[in-house]
Amino acid sequence: MIKVEGLTKRYARTVAVDNISFEVEKGQIVGFLGPNGAGKTTTMRVLTCFLPPTSGSANVAGFDVLENPLEVKKRIGYLPETPPLYTEMEVAEYLTFVGRLKGIAAGDIARRVNEVAERCAIADVKTKLIGKLSKGYRQRVGLAQAIIHNPDVLILDEPTSGLDPKQIIETRELIRSLAGDHTIILSTHILSEVEHSCERVIIISQGKLVAIDSVANLTNRLRGSEAVALEVESPNGGLNPAEVQQRLEQVSGVSRVLAKEGRNGRLSFEVESLQGRHIRPELARAVVGAGWNLNELRPVGLSLEDIFLQLTAAEKKDAAAIAGKGENQ
Amino acid sequence: MSHIWIICRRELKSYFASPIAYLLMAFFGLIFGFGFFTATRDFVRFSFQAQMMGRSMPMNVNEQVIRPLLGFASTVALFLVPMITMRLFAEEKKTGTIELLMTSPVSDLQIILGKWLASMWLYACILAMSAINVALLFAFGKPDWKPILVGYLGLLLQGGCLLSIGAFISTTTKNQIISGGVTFFVCLLLWLLSWFTAFDTTGAAPVINYLSIVTHFENFGKGVLDSKDVIFYLSMIFFGLFITARSMESLRWRA
Ligand SMILES: Nc1ncnc2c1ncn2[C@@H]1O[C@H](COP(=O)(O)OP(=O)(O)OP(=O)(O)O)[C@@H](O)[C@H]1O
Ligand SMILES: [Mg+2]
Repeated sequence: MIKVEGLTKRYARTVAVDNISFEVEKGQIVGFLGPNGAGKTTTMRVLTCFLPPTSGSANVAGFDVLENPLEVKKRIGYLPETPPLYTEMEVAEYLTFVGRLKGIAAGDIARRVNEVAERCAIADVKTKLIGKLSKGYRQRVGLAQAIIHNPDVLILDEPTSGLDPKQIIETRELIRSLAGDHTIILSTHILSEVEHSCERVIIISQGKLVAIDSVANLTNRLRGSEAVALEVESPNGGLNPAEVQQRLEQVSGVSRVLAKEGRNGRLSFEVESLQGRHIRPELARAVVGAGWNLNELRPVGLSLEDIFLQLTAAEKKDAAAIAGKGENQ
Repeated sequence: MSHIWIICRRELKSYFASPIAYLLMAFFGLIFGFGFFTATRDFVRFSFQAQMMGRSMPMNVNEQVIRPLLGFASTVALFLVPMITMRLFAEEKKTGTIELLMTSPVSDLQIILGKWLASMWLYACILAMSAINVALLFAFGKPDWKPILVGYLGLLLQGGCLLSIGAFISTTTKNQIISGGVTFFVCLLLWLLSWFTAFDTTGAAPVINYLSIVTHFENFGKGVLDSKDVIFYLSMIFFGLFITARSMESLRWRA
């Protein structure tokens, strides 16, 4: 449905998007993930024909964004980073305007406006001036605007920013319910958002593709190892850190032991396991077996957050390598 | 076509949702009314004097009231244009709504025409404020209506040119004040040029004179409909809208 090949977008000085390629199949929800300034918005603007690419190509529903922008635009619903709202208009009036602009038949507009207002939970403010709405409500009107013409492809730039927790959950559900008929790309810096609503993730950083994979794969691939925080104390004082560390390293399944800052004679460690190994029982046995007190044994787990930071902070070389790996899968 | 109309209608709504449209209409109505009052007072005084002295001077409402009034209106209208066009694109660039328009299945040209037509409509509404005064002339006298019609056509055409140039200037910035300021400056320059060239007929003056949007109004003001002037105005409008379109295109490449 969406096919991007070697896409590069250069502003006067900065290269905002650098040679990105990816494909999105029909009906998929794809999360576009990256830190601030990664180039998410820029990529979306190219896909929506707002900006032309500097080089490379982008293809939406079989139409090239440069050669056939009108056809692309007909099939796209777009929620920009700042919802494009006319503050002097009422909500229903605005949605009617957008509906007409997107080419909905005159007879269907009123029905569609009611439908999307219902779906985006803005039915109660339909006659309010947009300028008088709170940020969250504006965001919802922006979302309603994007789906009013029932487009094949939905491009949502940070759809849940500014929403309250309840509304975030509702919006995620709404987005999920739209999948299937619609192909959706949404950008975010919130990882849990991707975990909740997306099937695939595209991670970019500094304009470069870092990883592209299914959410499950990515989580497994990177979260395969377990991390455990451990605090050990000797019942009679005078514990040798090197000795403890050595003992821990001998436990089967342990890949790495990191000594941490200890307090009052207690020793802290962080122990990482090998891929797919469950090491906590063994660790406990080892510590107790050596005659030490086990004060704490707590899984810290590599969170998706850590993974993300790891990935996006990776050297460019690494980034390219991981991207290559991701594409091969 | 229908897209142009959709955009034009929304544009008009936002003009009339803010006080600016009413303020401009009231302002023009008052200024024109004042001009009308002075012109008719002098006219009435002259015709009285002519009668008292037993001379039958050929008094003509068209010549002595309407013609100077139309010239006056054309100058005042010159300075209304920046107020009308300053927000056209600058505001949408600032609030981000331009992103909605430019990613909707409408062409740049449809957006531009929609906006320009809306500005023309508002401009026409403002001009219509002078109609009351002109109607009074018809109530109390028998002016010739043809030159009046030609004069108003000239006002509309002159306005159309300036509005298209104002639209262009509005695409170049996010800042309405800058947009309005530069347009005002351009209008002022045109007005001044028409003054200078009136006293100077050497060198570049005829060229400037030909290119000056203001001087082409003179014939219309006299009630003379010359196809040369109409063609000039129409091509200027075309040119203005063309550079607006080019500017929008470069907007995509730059921003
Ligand atoms: N109009 C512009 N002119 C020049 N540079 C720009 C422009 N827009 C974005 N950039 C630059 O391009 C890069 C990518 O920006 P982009 O807005 O795509 O990032 P993003 O991933 O959407 O970030 P965020 O999470 O903050 O929204 C940034 O370095 C930014 O400074
Ligand atoms: Mg962004």
